Amino acid sequence: MSHHLVVVSDLRFAYADGTSALRGIDFTLHHGESVGLVGANGAGKSTLLLHLAGALMPAHGTVRIGDWPVTPKTLPQVRRSLGMVFQDPDDQLFMPTVEDDVAFGPENLGFPPEEIESRVVASLERVGALHLRRRTPHRLSGGEKRAVAIAGVLAMSPDVLVMDEPSSNLDPRARRRLIEQLKAFEHTKIIATHDLDLVLDVCARTIVLAEGRVAADGPTAQLLADDALLSASGLERPLRLQGCPRCAARSAAPS
Amino acid sequence: MGHIESSLARLGRLDEMAARDTPASRLDPRAKVAATLAFVVVVASFGRLDLGRLAPLAVFPLVLAPLGDVPWRPVLARLALASPFALGIAAFEPFLDRAPVATLGAVTLSRGELAAMVILAKFALSLCAALLLVATTGFDAVCLALAKLGAPRVVVAQLSLTYRYLFVLGEEAGRMVRAHGLRAPDAPRPTLRRAGSLLGHLLLRATTRAERIHTAMRARGFDGRLPMRRRWSFGRLDALFVGAVLLLLFAARAFDLPGLVDAALSGALR
Repeated sequence: MSHHLVVVSDLRFAYADGTSALRGIDFTLHHGESVGLVGANGAGKSTLLLHLAGALMPAHGTVRIGDWPVTPKTLPQVRRSLGMVFQDPDDQLFMPTVEDDVAFGPENLGFPPEEIESRVVASLERVGALHLRRRTPHRLSGGEKRAVAIAGVLAMSPDVLVMDEPSSNLDPRARRRLIEQLKAFEHTKIIATHDLDLVLDVCARTIVLAEGRVAADGPTAQLLADDALLSASGLERPLRLQGCPRCAARSAAPS
Repeated sequence: MGHIESSLARLGRLDEMAARDTPASRLDPRAKVAATLAFVVVVASFGRLDLGRLAPLAVFPLVLAPLGDVPWRPVLARLALASPFALGIAAFEPFLDRAPVATLGAVTLSRGELAAMVILAKFALSLCAALLLVATTGFDAVCLALAKLGAPRVVVAQLSLTYRYLFVLGEEAGRMVRAHGLRAPDAPRPTLRRAGSLLGHLLLRATTRAERIHTAMRARGFDGRLPMRRRWSFGRLDALFVGAVLLLLFAARAFDLPGLVDAALSGALR
């Protein structure tokens, strides 16, 4: 296996109605990297993720996952090495019970029953959701659904974890728990999100997308403090890197 | 609007009963599905005036319900909910066939009236059996059992996904109606015209969601067959259950049980 895990080169894509979503994207990911994919609404994040997962095929350019270029023929291999967590867990949790859902991937990969069982237990434990295993997905809370959706992908032991807005609709504590878990995962991660504070916590590297192009690609701490870049891409500094409004008010007040 | 959500909650109630540990829920789902299917076929097989001969078949739901600790109220409520279909068919019978068949005191029963009662009895028996099947087995296990008994996998996948997303779709519809009501305070119930556009939107949302679900399924290796992981063992009790049901069905089909009882009683009295 090459040490470049994900290679995207000159990727272009337009939707059927002519909307150009990706206008030449290039980047390379190495093993163990954790990358935040940020950008305004409509910048092309979701379209790019769908290409990585092989749900859309490039109109131009190539996507390589591990040793495989993403083509209709290599999809089974690509899906073994790349796991995708979708934005709405309801789209992903389609089996009758939590354990069936987590077993769905390993089942399709053809593992023997004992192996499936141990994977189900291990991945549910990993996200702290083992106690939910016999529950019905549609009765779970938002945070629980998200945890189970992540477990379902972990159970396939992918090399690359791709996540679309993992922290959306989570309460602060569930969000914090998710961040701690993401930090602990040894997988290569690509996290598309508007939650720039999460990127600051989890991802050493950030790719900023704007209008279907890579506007910047570099160390998170540097990019997310670059006001000119952020405002040109429709973003703002993460809250943590913004000045404290209380201190600002205090220092502005006449002493 | 609250009532869509509350109807959804009620929809799942029977299904949830199956999670309890009762003698009926411990039976192998395949046994219950096969027994119920056979039961429905035999119920349907009786002639249009065989009301008396249907009576012994009521033993099946009457025994299964207490075995599964299923209360009758929710079952009967669902029966009532579905009854317009049967009533609609049965309603015409009395007008089509007025020949008298029996006289009970001052009331004369026509063939049409008897036929209407047979239709209602068949409806009540088969639906009761199906509802009890869900309440003692759970919808997912029923789907799985159907697959294991040889039903086409595509049909089973459709059934089980439809049930799963019925709730999501219902909640979405509930949210849309609520959003509509909040911006139309004077007419919170959508007019026919607006309902059309709401339904259209719901359809569009449902299809885009279906696409997303399919993408998610493919991403985890879905190839058109839902995996079936659960293993069941068909034990002696299950065999006993199926045997007892088949015996009841055979006896009800082959002999005129009420007639025999009648003859025996009148013989004893003489």
